Amino acid sequence: MDEILINFLGNDIIAYTLMAFVPLVWIVPYALFAVYLERKVSAHMQDRLGPMYTGGWHGWAQTIADILKLIQKEDIVPSSADKKLHLLSPYVVFIGSYAAFATIPFSSAYIGSNINIGLFYVIAVSSLVVAGLLMAGWSSNNKWSLFGAMRSAAQIVSYEIPSSLALIAVVMIAGSLNLQEINQMQSGWFWNWYVFKYPPFVFLAFVIYFVASLAETNRTPFDMPEAESELVAGYHTEYSGMKFALFFLAEYANMFAVSAIAATVFFGGWNSPFGEFLGGPLWGVFWFLSKGMFFIFIQMWLRWTLPRLRVDQLMYVSWKVLTPWAFVCIVGVGLWTLL
Amino acid sequence: MTLYEAIFYFFAIITLVSAGIVVFSKNVIHSAFSLLFTFFGVTGIYVLLNADFIAVTQLLIYVGGILVLLLFGVMLTNKVIDVELKTGTLQTVPASIIVASIAGVLCGVFYITDWKIIPASMDATKSTTAGLGEMFMTTYLLPFEVASVVLLVALVGAAMIARKERTVE
Repeated sequence: MDEILINFLGNDIIAYTLMAFVPLVWIVPYALFAVYLERKVSAHMQDRLGPMYTGGWHGWAQTIADILKLIQKEDIVPSSADKKLHLLSPYVVFIGSYAAFATIPFSSAYIGSNINIGLFYVIAVSSLVVAGLLMAGWSSNNKWSLFGAMRSAAQIVSYEIPSSLALIAVVMIAGSLNLQEINQMQSGWFWNWYVFKYPPFVFLAFVIYFVASLAETNRTPFDMPEAESELVAGYHTEYSGMKFALFFLAEYANMFAVSAIAATVFFGGWNSPFGEFLGGPLWGVFWFLSKGMFFIFIQMWLRWTLPRLRVDQLMYVSWKVLTPWAFVCIVGVGLWTLL
Repeated sequence: MTLYEAIFYFFAIITLVSAGIVVFSKNVIHSAFSLLFTFFGVTGIYVLLNADFIAVTQLLIYVGGILVLLLFGVMLTNKVIDVELKTGTLQTVPASIIVASIAGVLCGVFYITDWKIIPASMDATKSTTAGLGEMFMTTYLLPFEVASVVLLVALVGAAMIARKERTVE
């Protein structure tokens, strides 16, 4: 796609800038839809109706009304806040989550940057989010914000280890860190997807990755950073208006990024489940997005089903359950490849 | 000015300005956070040098590990309210001697080393990762393993020191 754009526009700077905006064109409507979906899913799980009035049919315009409200809101900066950092942190957090989309292949024809270390890059760039969260927590000068940011950072840093180890199991099969290549190797029917390879090791790796990714995106059962009953709203307690919206957008972008990685690495990404049937670049976008949205739905499902973990249980799950089993996956896949 | 040069100067300015803030800021938290931008700028320069693996490792280790550790250290050792952290100029003479000698050594190494100039390949998809991995598993296997053992010992040591055995009452 980049070569076509460069030829068409005749200028590589404009072409690459346009390329960089493609994921944003997806993320913003997706976030609007996902917030609506979250409210509907939660409502139906609790035998409620959720938003029903705005826009007529099942309250479909509720999140559009919400975002219009957020745009109009006054931007409040606490008087004792560290103003520069308070202003900067929503951008750092959003840049961290948006940067991950640079190497995620949306289809066989579109990938932001087809670099050879794509998967490693996605893992590394999410560390910008951690720094941004700590920035938000500190600069708000509020104890809830600070504790929320601390918990969030501790959680993300410790769950990065099992999630990276689980991905290494797949990298060992593929022999490549390039996400586009990992995708191409899973083409064909759905039994070529890596999740069905070397049972049960890769499936176990997928489960470990998915649980760890829930923790990395601060979703329930790992949502202690924003535990409402203890911390008001965690690191974004002191943010209002568009800055709050930016945090929210970053959170939903992050949810999609981890779902997209799970879909790409374990479930064939843009590959059609039925071989050549409904294949091709455009259907690829459809398959990729629907696989991503499926994992988003599972995240919501778990959020409204499971209670929150305690801090000690959280660390127990990461270090004594997920990390050893991730090593079992690596050794299992390694032995199986050798045999 | 080509695009490449423009991007280089962009990252170089980010690195230098934020490094200046790290050194001259009177607020320790501001220093720590501007270190984030210094690391980011250095990462950009590594990318321009086609050192993709080192660039991403830089981001992972320095931003994700060391910077977060630094921030935790600063935040946990001070109260949230009234931030009274000061940096001042102390011990000027020994500091300038040490800095001058380190700078001398660095410049010396810079001039003595026989730099090999390889024409920059514009093929961005060419990876250094596979080559690095092979080198680690063949030529540099012993240093690689020794480094991992050193890290393991540090990890076990840290856990030993930090963990106090609680007696059940």
